[in-house]
Formats: sequence, C-alpha cells, structure tokens
Amino acid sequence: MRSLRKRNPVVFLPLWLTYVFFYTPIVVVIAMSFNAGSSAYTWEGFSLKWYGTLAGNADVLKGLGNTIIVALGTTLVSTVLGTLLGVGLARYTRSKILEALGTMPAILPELMLAIGLIIFYASVNFTLGLHSVLLAHMTFGIPLVAVVVRVRLASMDMSLEEASRDLGAGPVPTFLRITLPGLLPGIAAGALLAFTFSLDEFVLAFFTAAPTEPTLPIVIYSMIRFGVTPDINALATILLTVSFTAVLAVQRMTRLTESFK
Amino acid sequence: MSRRSGRTLARLVFLGPGLIALVTLAVVPMILTLSFMFLKRGRFNGVIYEFTTENFTRLMDPLYLGVIGNSVQIAGTVTLLALLLGYPTAYAIAQLSPKWKTIALIAIMLPFWTNFLIRIYAWIILLSGPGLVNSTLTGVGLIDKPLEFLYNEGTVVVGLLYGYLSLMVLPIYSAVERVDPRLREASANLGATPLRTFLSVTLPLTLPSALIGCVLVFVPSFGNYVVPELLGGGHAIMLGNVIRDQFLKARDWPFGATLSLVMILITLALMLLQALASRRSRHA
Repeated sequence: MRSLRKRNPVVFLPLWLTYVFFYTPIVVVIAMSFNAGSSAYTWEGFSLKWYGTLAGNADVLKGLGNTIIVALGTTLVSTVLGTLLGVGLARYTRSKILEALGTMPAILPELMLAIGLIIFYASVNFTLGLHSVLLAHMTFGIPLVAVVVRVRLASMDMSLEEASRDLGAGPVPTFLRITLPGLLPGIAAGALLAFTFSLDEFVLAFFTAAPTEPTLPIVIYSMIRFGVTPDINALATILLTVSFTAVLAVQRMTRLTESFK
Repeated sequence: MSRRSGRTLARLVFLGPGLIALVTLAVVPMILTLSFMFLKRGRFNGVIYEFTTENFTRLMDPLYLGVIGNSVQIAGTVTLLALLLGYPTAYAIAQLSPKWKTIALIAIMLPFWTNFLIRIYAWIILLSGPGLVNSTLTGVGLIDKPLEFLYNEGTVVVGLLYGYLSLMVLPIYSAVERVDPRLREASANLGATPLRTFLSVTLPLTLPSALIGCVLVFVPSFGNYVVPELLGGGHAIMLGNVIRDQFLKARDWPFGATLSLVMILITLALMLLQALASRRSRHA
C-alpha cells in the first residue's frame, strides 16, 4: 500500500478534469434555479420563485402526470418480466442467441427502436397513447432488470437452495421462499433503474406518444426549443435530485460498483 | 411430473414472457423496418406495397452520403476524445483506495443516469452569450465581448462527449482492475520504469476493453439527433436528424427506413467487433 501514497499526483489530474467537466453544468443549473432575476443566465440574488412558477405550469404538470403513469407501468411490467428473464438466462439456457436477444434492445440506438416501433404500430393499426410509450419503454426496462438480477444471482449462495431441495421442498416453494427473497435487493434495484430510465426517456416517447398526451421529457424538449425560461432550471434541479437519489439507493441495495470488477 | 418436463416448463415460464415481449417489440419492428426499404412511399405516412429499389439509388445522392460522412466524423471525434480523457480517468480511479474507488465510480455514473435533455440544456446555459463561460472570460478581461460558443459542430462534440463519456470510463476501469498486480510487480522487479510497465503490461491487457468503450460511445453518438438539434442549431446535421425528418416531416417512411439501414449496419458491425474484443479480453 506504500506504493499508493507515493503515486504521482499527476495521475489523478484527468480524474479531476472529468469531474469538473461533468459537474460544472449541473452545479450552474442548480444554482440558477434559485435565481431571483428573470434571466436564466445571470445571477440576481436568492429566491424560490421559479419553483412557484413551475408548480403553476399546466404543461409541466400534465407531462409529469403522464410520465408517472408510464414510468410506474413500465416499472411494474419490466420488473416481473425482467426478473423471470434474468433467472431464466442464468439458470435455464446456455444459448448465446437467447442471451443476445435478452440484452440487444438496450444496446441499440433508441432512434432505431423508435422507428421500428412506429412502423410496427402503424402496421397493426395500433392507436398511439400512453400505452404505446409504455410498451416502447419495456424494450429497455426488461433487459435492464434482467441484467441487474443476473448480477445479484451470480453473487448468491447456491447451497441454501440445494439444502432446501435436499430437505424435500419442491422447486416452486424453493424458488418462492429461498431464491426470490435473496434476489429482492437486485429486483428492487432493477425496478428503480427501470423507473429512472422511463422517467427521463425522450427519443422513444417523442416518436410513440400521442401529440395530445406528451410525457415530461417531451414538454422539456419543447420548453428548451421554443424559449429558455428560468423555471426549466427549477424543473431540472428537481429531476436531478430524483435521479441522484435513485442511483444512490441502487448503489446501497446492490453495491452496483462492485460489479465492475 | 418428470424432472425433464419440469425443466422444460421452467424454461417456458422464466424465458417465455420476457423473450416474447422483446421479440414482438424489438425484433419484429426491426424486420419490418428492413422490409420497408423495398417499398414505395404512401401519400400520407405509410407505404404502398410495391417493390422498388429507388430508395437505395436515392441513398447514393452526395447529399446523404455527405451527412453520413459528417456523422461518422463527429461520432469519431467524440469517441477519440472520450478515449483520451476516459482512459486516464479510469486508470486513476483504479489507483484509489477501495472506499474512494466506490465514491469515484458513483460520481462517474450519476450524470449518465440523469435526464439527457437536462444535461444538454445545462450546456446551453453555460455556453450562451450571457452564460457563465462568457461572463468569466469577459470578467477576467480575456475577451471584450461574449463569444458565440453555441450552435456549431464543436458544441455538438462537447454535448455528445458529456452524454457518453461514462460509457468509456466504466469498461476500462474494469479492465485495469483485472490486470494481475503480480505482472506489474514482475515487470518492476525486472527493472522496468513505471511508464515502461504501463506500456508493455497494463496497456496491452486493457486495450480490448478500451475498444468496447469506443463502441459504446460511438454507437449512441452516431445515432443521436437531439444533441445536433439543440446544440448544433442546424449547422451540424447528422444522420439521426435526417431520419427523424423523413418520419416526422417529409413523411417518407421507406426512405427513412433505408437511411436507418446505414445506422443498423454500422451498429451491428461495431457490436460484432465488440463481441470479438470481449472474447479476446476474457482469454487474456
């Protein structure tokens, strides 16, 4: 460990550079959300007034309502199907093709999936609405939950399940009483990630939502495009807080960073 | 019930629902997109079911080839910068104590998991005429009047780099962590300088993962249309913008599908490259 302390501080310079690059814009947006002035750019003193303006913004509230419906639905379906898929891929198949199928949608550019989905929806005469966004978000949610559940499964002690089977419990009780409780932190973490993903997702939603029922990111997109008003800063700060909290909770539940080793 | 049929049932129950959903919502749409390339455009949206290859002839138009070239160039620049900043960052994290490693990794992941639009918006605030960068520069007297940082290809590169740098750092960090410390000790004991050890031990062992990072950054950068639109201001048109317009403005779905073929082929080729690289890194 002595060698650690002797390490040249220059080694850590790129790390600091990355953090400055990552967090300067975020810090500026959060600071400007408390700006008393009516410019989104220049500081004129502390105030919470933009949070008040935001609370009265009907477009934002409608988008928020839609987003919460979509995100909760996506989370529910993705968690059930993703957990089953994660266990299935780990235990019940060695097929590389099925494995690729279970992860591929999460690696494809969102634009490609979005195009495929609107062509698919049009071909089967599917009406667009919140349900079409929900289905689109499942393509990312299911693989996401499956991956986190598999990581958890790999770290679990198999001997408990073996003991349960040796003592005469059938496969179903063993799964429900031993495997599932052990998987719970992974499932909860996967669910949170699916929720965060759906909450923030723009490209798929933009293509698959009905124009009358925009999700929050679609509302944010038009706010940015058609004039920057300071209440976006307040909205941004709230969303950043939600995502940060979710990621920290995921880390607590699964030690996600350990999986990079 | 026999053990064997029990296993088949378990396979169906566990793998069935998820895979059916993914096949319906991802694979079938991809196949439909591919088939649309050979069809004629309908009068409004949709298609006429007549075979044609005119979409491919149109793809060879220098206008579209230029956009594809431009997208490759922008995504390539982003990937190169991400590698140059991401590699040393990942290497530095691997030198930290276990506790700080965790904190440093979370700090790398946090921005990636926050709203993409908000992160792009933050750069508009930062780089705009009256924004922080300009007011700092004028404040210290480096410039007289605000510079125009926004709405060019450079800003698009910065925005994409900001969006996907985390995806470069994480796989490289994993690889640096996996390098057996005994190899580095052996190299040092044999008289190699730290730089020499890095160049002949660590770097070759981590290159396959660096390649994975490059693919992870290049693919979403190449396919992005939000950043060029919000930060490029129409000056940096990428393939994603043209595809988006074919679907939502020009309403020429078959040609939009044909343009996305380019994206699908490049993505698949790179994913194949990545699969080969990760196989090599597992054997290493």
